[in-house]
Amino acid sequence: MHVVIMGCGRVGSRVAGILDGNGHTVAVIEIDQEAFRRLPPSFRGQTILGTGIDEDVLRAARIESADAFIAVSGQDNRNIMATQLVQLLFDVGERICRITDPVREDVFRRMGVMTTVCPTTTVSATIIDTVNSHDPDTTPAQRAVREGLGG
Amino acid sequence: MYVIVTGAGKVGYYLSRHLLEEGHEVLLIEKDASRVDLLTEELGSVITFGDAAEATTLYNAGASRADVLIAVTGEDEDNLVVCQIAKQKFKVPRTVARVSNPRNEKIFHLLGVDVVINQTSYIRNLIEQSIPEQSFVHLLDLRYAEHLAIVEVRIDQQSVVAHRAIGELRLPVDCVIAAIGRGGHVIVPTPGTELEPGDDVIAVTRSDQETELRGLLCSTC
Repeated sequence: MHVVIMGCGRVGSRVAGILDGNGHTVAVIEIDQEAFRRLPPSFRGQTILGTGIDEDVLRAARIESADAFIAVSGQDNRNIMATQLVQLLFDVGERICRITDPVREDVFRRMGVMTTVCPTTTVSATIIDTVNSHDPDTTPAQRAVREGLGG
Repeated sequence: MYVIVTGAGKVGYYLSRHLLEEGHEVLLIEKDASRVDLLTEELGSVITFGDAAEATTLYNAGASRADVLIAVTGEDEDNLVVCQIAKQKFKVPRTVARVSNPRNEKIFHLLGVDVVINQTSYIRNLIEQSIPEQSFVHLLDLRYAEHLAIVEVRIDQQSVVAHRAIGELRLPVDCVIAAIGRGGHVIVPTPGTELEPGDDVIAVTRSDQETELRGLLCSTC
């Protein structure tokens, strides 16, 4: 399948490298030319210099034939806008948007137009789980809080 | 009215001052601390530091009782998201966003922003209106009728329509000549009114017929 990724930071470059290695076609959009250095030397996909909140840039990444769009730039609002732009203008089956602010993530997840990923929530939950698993005195109430965070 | 303005650049600053002068309650939110420090001396508690896209900032601003939220930062994506959060989470009845990329105007409307201010188009229109050689000027898109526009045409000496009655012109359908500016006066035309060189013709037209109308009124003998 064809995957368009906005943002070539640690996450974007890693996802791009793995998907490319798995035999998918990948296009990476990034505003900072230097960031493309993060891609593995074996990367065969396309790199596009520009912002994902621009229709022309998305088209250059062949968004029209994409099966998935992944917004993982360093800015929540840019990720949110790009994902909605893709949802409105193009028929892309899977739209994944990283939002680091948990409250903002909650608002846009509820709108139901994108799959949201909130690293703040998931990383916090993992840390708390790990801490709790070493605590012999964990009460059922604490466990409930922990599960609440995970969900 | 209680108005929240986000982005204390020049637009946000002058807009807030204007709204205050009109007697509205205003809160200006800015995420650059040094800009806030600079303006606090003058605006006092009207300006506050924070990222308006963070729900806590809007919560502390009392967004749920705001009548209007106006997002005028320089970043289109920030303006969009702030308006969407204000609407979704705080039920702000009216949101206004400034866009720099003209293409975003339509998209922001589709995404639920009530009023979209397309500054690039405004400036372009102002420039067009002030260039005298340009005889056909797009003045305005009508807010509630997406496909209608108001245009202004200067009739010159060589124009094929000069000295002809409006009733004789084969205007495109869905196009009317609403007014004529002549020698500092405005004439409301009838079919018998003859166009004269120097007339400024104001027409209401369907947007997709602007080109045809231009062809008719601007062609020369």
